[in-house]
Amino acid sequence: MVLTITEKILANASHKNEVTPGDIVVADVDVVMAHDSTAPLAIEGLYEIGKKVFDPDKIVIIFDHFFPPPSVDAAKLHQKVRNFVTEQKIPNFFTDGVCHQILVEKFVSPGNVIVGADSHTCTEGALGAFSTGLGSTDIAGAMATGKCWFRIPESLKFNLSGLPGKSVYAKDIILNIIGQVGADGADYKAAEFTGDYVKNASVSSRLTLCNMAIEMGAKNGIIEADEKTRNFLGREGKTFKSDKDAVYEDEHEIEVDKIEPQVACPPTVDNVKPVTSVEGKKVDQACIGTCTNGRLEDIEIATKILKGKTIAKNVRLLIIPASTRIYLDAFSKGYLQEIIKSGGIICNPCCGPCVGRHEGVLAEGETCISTQNRNFSGRMGHPKAEIYLASPATVAASALAGEIVDPREYI
Amino acid sequence: MRAWKFGNNVNTDLITPGRYTITTDKAKLGKIAFIEHRPEFAKEVKTGDIVVAGKNFGCGSSREHAPVAIKAAGVNAVIAKSFARIFFRNAINIGLPLLICEETDRIDDGDLVEINFQTGEIHDKTKNIALKAKPLPKFIQKIVEKGGLVNFLRSEGYV
Repeated sequence: MVLTITEKILANASHKNEVTPGDIVVADVDVVMAHDSTAPLAIEGLYEIGKKVFDPDKIVIIFDHFFPPPSVDAAKLHQKVRNFVTEQKIPNFFTDGVCHQILVEKFVSPGNVIVGADSHTCTEGALGAFSTGLGSTDIAGAMATGKCWFRIPESLKFNLSGLPGKSVYAKDIILNIIGQVGADGADYKAAEFTGDYVKNASVSSRLTLCNMAIEMGAKNGIIEADEKTRNFLGREGKTFKSDKDAVYEDEHEIEVDKIEPQVACPPTVDNVKPVTSVEGKKVDQACIGTCTNGRLEDIEIATKILKGKTIAKNVRLLIIPASTRIYLDAFSKGYLQEIIKSGGIICNPCCGPCVGRHEGVLAEGETCISTQNRNFSGRMGHPKAEIYLASPATVAASALAGEIVDPREYI
Repeated sequence: MRAWKFGNNVNTDLITPGRYTITTDKAKLGKIAFIEHRPEFAKEVKTGDIVVAGKNFGCGSSREHAPVAIKAAGVNAVIAKSFARIFFRNAINIGLPLLICEETDRIDDGDLVEINFQTGEIHDKTKNIALKAKPLPKFIQKIVEKGGLVNFLRSEGYV
């Protein structure tokens, strides 16, 4: 029987030789993750079940959504989760980065089944794993049993070919794809990215592609592991590949060389336009970071644009490295120093203002351009603030100009 | 009971903005359902009311606070043309009934609606029309029948 990579990983984890889209399987999970925003409800679910975690080594708890705590309520929730971590003897507790980046750096291996109480858990699929977001009660069930039920998803193939043009990055490509298929264009489905662009892309760029699979509704984003993946991880894992004749519900040909720098305009991620159509829109805040674009490659691009220049007077530019490892690397390469000199603010590795809880909340009527993955009304503060999503290059160039600009004129 | 009508792609930031979800207190969450998107909702919603929406209801974040808030506000069920995947699982897991129905355009805000959960029949009493919900897969139906995931895991011997 011919199978896709997603079908093979789920068949393997549920001890079956073959599976068909629509089947429901109960699979063993390799990593169960929750963060400060979703762990509290998951803990309550686990207490209701009345069991200890099935294997403390496979549970990962990360504080990233509001760390350090910006309010007494936030500190109280942190306290509750810390007590749980101590009581259940969970060794894997971190406060040094965005949950997906921490999983990528320390836990993911090709062929894994990963569940996380965060919708962007699809990110980790870029390393050849099946990785998906769930809610807190599902995570409580997985913490108690080490298992989770899944409907085998239909697969969509996105074949990315060609060389990207000047100042066009993985972020522009995934925004373009989401604009084409829409917010529910991949609902319940596996989004498999393939083609020569993906083969040549860095692991960092692959993570950006898979990170935003959820923004078209996908259950998981996935890219086959290769030499590059294994070198990056320093772990072998088990490499699964889609069979040549595997069945896809749909196949999309994406000609990367035809894509210009893109922006997702408020208030939905699928409202995607070329940056040239919104040039001149004044910005109050510019953010570079998050699980989408907070990696060294992203900070490097921003540095190239900002070095030796000064950001516009009324713009606050926030740089949020996705992990302490990235923070230290960016520091030792001198990137952060250049960004600070240009007027940027470096925040601690975490989700930053992406969920509107701290570190750069927006007032009514303000506009933010950000490398994050969501631009919904009210997400970063006042419901009448506007959020534009773009690549690190577009965000850095816009911070210099004080308005949305085409990055091709800046790099 | 009264139908509260919403459009397509209602995301979890519209249901429960992240700035309001630094709590697990269900009563508090019930008071913030749709707080900025539709501020009158939490004040006027009555126990047993129904949320009716277009496609892709609950897209966005995995925050379970969204279905918890809707349920705690007193809502008896959500009827939509389709649901985003994580919201769908979350609602089923916490015992908030969901119905998938292609014809939600026929129901207007404020209509009186009655649901027969056994048959999946939706009766719009204001318009006197009957709509039919799509049956859920058997496995998921079992979780619904047990009132959520925790009871399901117990009854199936997983815990």
